[in-house]
Amino acid sequence: MSEVQLRGFGWRHAGRRAWAVRDLDLHVRHGERVLLLGPSGAGKSTLLAALAGLLPSDSGQSEGSIEIDGLDPAKARDKVGILFQDPQTQLVMARSGDDVAFGCENRGVPASEIWTRVSDVLDRVGFRYPINRSTAALSGGEAQRLALAGVLALRPGLLLLDEPTANLDPPGAALIRESLTEAMSPETTMIIVEHRVTEALPLVDRVVVLEPGGGVRADGSPEVIFAAYGDKLASEGVWVPGFSFPPLKATATATSDLVRAEHASVRNRLRPVSITARGGEVLAVTGPNGAGKSTLALLLGGLLAPTSGRIEAFGDKRPPHRWRAATLTQRIGSVFQNPEHQFVTGRVADELALGPRRVGKSSAEVRDIVGELLRRLRLEKLAEANPYTLSGGEARRLSVATALATAPRLLVLDEPTFGQDRRTWQELVSLLAELRDAGHGIVAVTHDEAFVRTLADRTVPLGEPEPDPLPRRVRP
Amino acid sequence: MNDNTHRWRTIDIVIASVIAVAFGVIFWAWNTVWSVTESAFAFFPPAQAILYGIWLMPAVLSGLIIRKPGASLYTETVAAIISALLGNQWGGTVIVQGLCQGLGAELAFAALRYRSWKLPAALLAGALTGLSAAIYDFFVWNSEYALGSYRIPYAVFTVVSSVLIAGLGSWALVRALAPTGVLDRFGAGRERALI
Amino acid sequence: MTLALEPLADPSAPLARRNPVAKLGAALLFSVPLIATVDVFTPAVALVLELILLPFFGVRFRTLAVRAAPLLLAAAGVLVSVTLFAAERSGDLLFSAGPFDVTTGVLATATALILRIFAVALPGIVVFATTDPTDLADALVQNAKAPARFAIGALAAFRLLPLLTEEWRALSLARRARGIDAGRNPVAKLRLFASTAFALLVGALRRGVRLAVAMDARGFDSGVPRTYARRQHFTGADTVLVVAAGLASATILVLSVVLGFFRPVVG
Repeated sequence: MSEVQLRGFGWRHAGRRAWAVRDLDLHVRHGERVLLLGPSGAGKSTLLAALAGLLPSDSGQSEGSIEIDGLDPAKARDKVGILFQDPQTQLVMARSGDDVAFGCENRGVPASEIWTRVSDVLDRVGFRYPINRSTAALSGGEAQRLALAGVLALRPGLLLLDEPTANLDPPGAALIRESLTEAMSPETTMIIVEHRVTEALPLVDRVVVLEPGGGVRADGSPEVIFAAYGDKLASEGVWVPGFSFPPLKATATATSDLVRAEHASVRNRLRPVSITARGGEVLAVTGPNGAGKSTLALLLGGLLAPTSGRIEAFGDKRPPHRWRAATLTQRIGSVFQNPEHQFVTGRVADELALGPRRVGKSSAEVRDIVGELLRRLRLEKLAEANPYTLSGGEARRLSVATALATAPRLLVLDEPTFGQDRRTWQELVSLLAELRDAGHGIVAVTHDEAFVRTLADRTVPLGEPEPDPLPRRVRP
Repeated sequence: MNDNTHRWRTIDIVIASVIAVAFGVIFWAWNTVWSVTESAFAFFPPAQAILYGIWLMPAVLSGLIIRKPGASLYTETVAAIISALLGNQWGGTVIVQGLCQGLGAELAFAALRYRSWKLPAALLAGALTGLSAAIYDFFVWNSEYALGSYRIPYAVFTVVSSVLIAGLGSWALVRALAPTGVLDRFGAGRERALI
Repeated sequence: MTLALEPLADPSAPLARRNPVAKLGAALLFSVPLIATVDVFTPAVALVLELILLPFFGVRFRTLAVRAAPLLLAAAGVLVSVTLFAAERSGDLLFSAGPFDVTTGVLATATALILRIFAVALPGIVVFATTDPTDLADALVQNAKAPARFAIGALAAFRLLPLLTEEWRALSLARRARGIDAGRNPVAKLRLFASTAFALLVGALRRGVRLAVAMDARGFDSGVPRTYARRQHFTGADTVLVVAAGLASATILVLSVVLGFFRPVVG
């Protein structure tokens, strides 16, 4: 049950020109539950890190004061618990129970007390497995649940949550929400940064909106804030509840078949499925975790060979996984779930130039393609940046751009809207709609219901037969 | 900003360990990709020593990134333990071998008082770790082979490979890693331009 | 082949149950001295002893065969190398492989080197097949007084091993999706490998930084003396194991010297 007081607080990371947070005045009382909002770049993560005492004085410059129960955060570390967004980089031990015990060991909790605390907190968060369950065998939601247990085991007075469901699919996010509702004790003060605002609302009683560049824009109860600032926030990328998108469905009928999978399966990963991707159509593939959606994306993308059944594409006798990579990129473009997996060079402009160069375009053509893509995906300012320094949304735009650089007819995307803010989401959906209307085929593996509602012309839930089984001749 | 303190932060320990683990994966991938080289080099095994440097990279790389006493020794030893855990042809003795190799790089950085981290330091570390590896193999594994046609070429290739791959290669690698932002909490990463 | 992390043997077998540090110490004490000689007697006796003790570790022969596969490759390599590059070709000529004479001496050397490879590697293989990494780290801290932050830091990083292997596969597929493949060209293969290795390192380092922050957030650097949730005991039986291992290898070496088999690597 801790109290937070910030007066004119500011922080600038070493090596940056701009201040991440500036002129922040904020008072959070005992037991309050606060949702921290603001567009990307408003300094939310930095603020949480500062409260958790995780900003070492040698990594930047600070201004003003920040106090937890009257103490400097560095001294109040044992009163604060923080949960980050990626479960796999918060788990330390190979066995679940050991991981929860880790924090207790660090703080010198007597050995006799540790295991009772562990089983107690695992119960409270609703962890469903025995304590020797391997941490590598947990789904995203369960792993994050375990990470939460690890944090709660130390009985923090102030609980900080930095986008706890950003890396989780909807069922996983629901798990965390459940855990938070059940496991937090009423006296715990909580500050949460969460872009799935609708889901965070039941957990909070106060909303604070940060202004990028400094200060607090608004502070009050959720209804008041969204009524007054909803529009502005939505336009800045916050997922404000109650703002939805009009559907963007295809107006023309689908054209030729581009890729067809016939009873294709991959042993242990995907049961036999028959599916056809066509030009001028957005096909959404949905299904629960473990159904093999990503595997199907790899099959259709020509990156994996089926262990039974076959894949036919673009009228080519050979299946796509046997094509040379250069040929593949001119017909089928794949966008991976983690954009960083696809970065190969040290400059955004070079990333865009790579594909066209590899298929033999002239320097002039390459320059034009790169320029066009930079413009279209709003990456011009980032042309010289190193791809690894891009933010999540920028990296996603870059990975889509690189797939488009070789002008493939079919685009296969694995969870394209994962963790995106509202603005990037909207841009991506519009871009895909444009491509579809221009005749490209789009296959999106996704668990994003809004995406399916807005954009999908056809949906195939994995495990059920394709609704339109009439075979058509596969033409390029 | 003071990275002359020789106390290891959590991030130093974790990154030094992660370097070892990442190279464990890289070696595994190397073995699956290049098992062919066994036969290609079978007629002149000392030529395999041309690639020896890559096994010595963790020691030099870790020293250049962490910049604290013990980094090279620790990382190369952890890499050796991982190699033993995953199964290799030297069993537990690879740990002794790793300690010797790590020690070579460690001595180089120590000789420079843990203050120099530029190219000459990297090359020296590469040379000394290569030398320690070469000496170990010369006596322990290669004792029964002909001196002129095997033992000496092997040792020479090992040292040269280590200077080029482990030394020069690690230095180049640090320079390539810095702009990605992953080294921002280390001295090696702070040398990039203000953004 | 996936990189397996858990022990693959019966953990309740009498010797498998020993303290991890004792097992590791015994394995090193037994195997390291064996590298000192290249005769046939020493590794042969050592191997026999190791094989006799094998059932007491609960390791199935099949598991052993899989883990010992790299040894066979090494043995084949040795055979070729000795044929081509033996320093001494004493003894009677058996046959000639082109310009290379295979004599009884050459065969003896090859046998000695191959036996040594197996004798030296086996204890390590058995220990790591019967030891859980967490238990080993705990024992290193509690019994061998290793610094806790380093042991646990290494353990935390080690947990990332299977994740990084998966990532390697994803990175390779991603490169194909970008239009980069290597075909048969070895230089292109090398460049592709280097590019994938670089991306892996970036991903690994980024994960490492986040992991370190999360560990500190849970008090890893708090400076408070640690308590231990899992106790590792070092009993009399463990001491006996370590001492026995040391005595065994010493005995074998002494026997080897006395019986005239000993051929030191140096000199």
